[in-house]
Amino acid sequence: MNRLSFRKLALGVLTLVLFILGWKLVTDARLISPIFFPGPERTYAALVKGLSGGPLLAQTVETVERMLYGWLLASAVGVLLGALIGISRRARAFIAPTLELLRPLPASAMIPVAIAFLGFSDQMVLVVIAFGALWPMLLATIHGFAAMEPRLYEVSAVLGLSRFQVIWKLALPSAMPMILASLRLGLTISLVLAVVGEMLASRAGLGQSILAASRSFRSADLFAGIVILGAIGLCGSRLLSMAERRLLRWQAVHR
Amino acid sequence: MRVARFMHTCWRAALLPVGLILAAQVAATATQLESDTLASPADIARALAAILTDGSLARATLDTLKAAAAGCALGVGLGSFIGILLGLFRIADDLLDLTIELLRPVPVVALIPVTMMLLGFGAQMEIVIITIGMLWPSVVLARAAVKEVEPRLMEVSRVMQLGFAARLVKIVLPAILPQLFMSLKLAAGYALVVAVTVEITANPQGLGYGIMMAQQALRPAEMFAYLLWIGAVGWLLSLLLNATQRRLFPAHGRGEPR
Repeated sequence: MNRLSFRKLALGVLTLVLFILGWKLVTDARLISPIFFPGPERTYAALVKGLSGGPLLAQTVETVERMLYGWLLASAVGVLLGALIGISRRARAFIAPTLELLRPLPASAMIPVAIAFLGFSDQMVLVVIAFGALWPMLLATIHGFAAMEPRLYEVSAVLGLSRFQVIWKLALPSAMPMILASLRLGLTISLVLAVVGEMLASRAGLGQSILAASRSFRSADLFAGIVILGAIGLCGSRLLSMAERRLLRWQAVHR
Repeated sequence: MRVARFMHTCWRAALLPVGLILAAQVAATATQLESDTLASPADIARALAAILTDGSLARATLDTLKAAAAGCALGVGLGSFIGILLGLFRIADDLLDLTIELLRPVPVVALIPVTMMLLGFGAQMEIVIITIGMLWPSVVLARAAVKEVEPRLMEVSRVMQLGFAARLVKIVLPAILPQLFMSLKLAAGYALVVAVTVEITANPQGLGYGIMMAQQALRPAEMFAYLLWIGAVGWLLSLLLNATQRRLFPAHGRGEPR
């Protein structure tokens, strides 16, 4: 087993090295003008320069902060609202169809509306992120509550549990897998919308920085920004999958 | 009896949206709304009728849908092909897995500036971004689907000494067709989202550009009309794809979570 994964790692690294070499060959041969397409070493140099004393570090922090605030806001509101709607069969019947109707609406289509109300401001970006990331969590919580084993509701009635206790002790744990999966999706959406919001509203951050870099043809800085954005996405989803595995350990027995 | 029940659920589902629209209209009439950000439902309906009749909405919808469809077809096609290869050949999977995992989390919108620089504005740049956005999810879904193909079928193909093409066409593709369609369905909804996002951010064409322009021209009724229309297009698309899936793969769609 150990040997197998070593082989996988070695082969994976080999391809990665080949990939970067191929990238270098393409740019060295000037198949694409270096103004548009920097080689790996120039990207790396821009990355190092930007992160050590350059503006890139501050912009990364800015974007990550924006993404996290929006995501946390969306998660809190989504799970809370979802719990309130999901626990009552009547509320579900009245509200869930409207939510399903709104779900396919692209979150970015709300950006102009948010701009109309809040102008080009940090609040606008935050609202857009929160709105976009809200849907997966809200719907996952509602569906998770609706899919709870009906016997458990009967048990809770027999035990005389209050509504709050039902939510906290039975419904939330049983909806947990769906909620956790949606948290990961929500984080991805948050990152995308943070970048789009920064580009449109010119708020400080990586989105604005890569757009500015492309407009002044600083392609190395542009690629450095893209590399960092990829790293943010990778770290975010890795951390959340780790949390997911830890929190769902109790489920492994049933599966 | 059944009709009565249906009416019952319908009534309850429709109460909230209809109530909200009526309340908005009453509020707008009562306050004699004059605003750069809000519009009454009646004004929005009028604006929608106006852009529907002058053809600008149809043109924008066509632009967006064309880009989304092209990007979706290219991305899902290419991605599924790579995914099938990775699923069939362990060595390919071992070789490419790390690189794919590193490239996958790059948000597609980060590619907007690059493609803008390389290709300029227009349908081409939008299609490239959508294609890349659809590529990774399709790779992952197709690979998982191939790995779940009944191993006996693969043994049969080995015993019959089928060539690669024959194995692909006769064994693998039929076995993973339902999953491929599901991957296409997910991608279609996502492609529309990416298309609108690219248009709002950069590309001067399509529905996203239309809604952005309506906002910048301070025509809130038109902006909300566009929003409504974009929502309706997304909703119709998902309805259509779900119906197709139920028709083509009745056994498959049932157990899948929505």
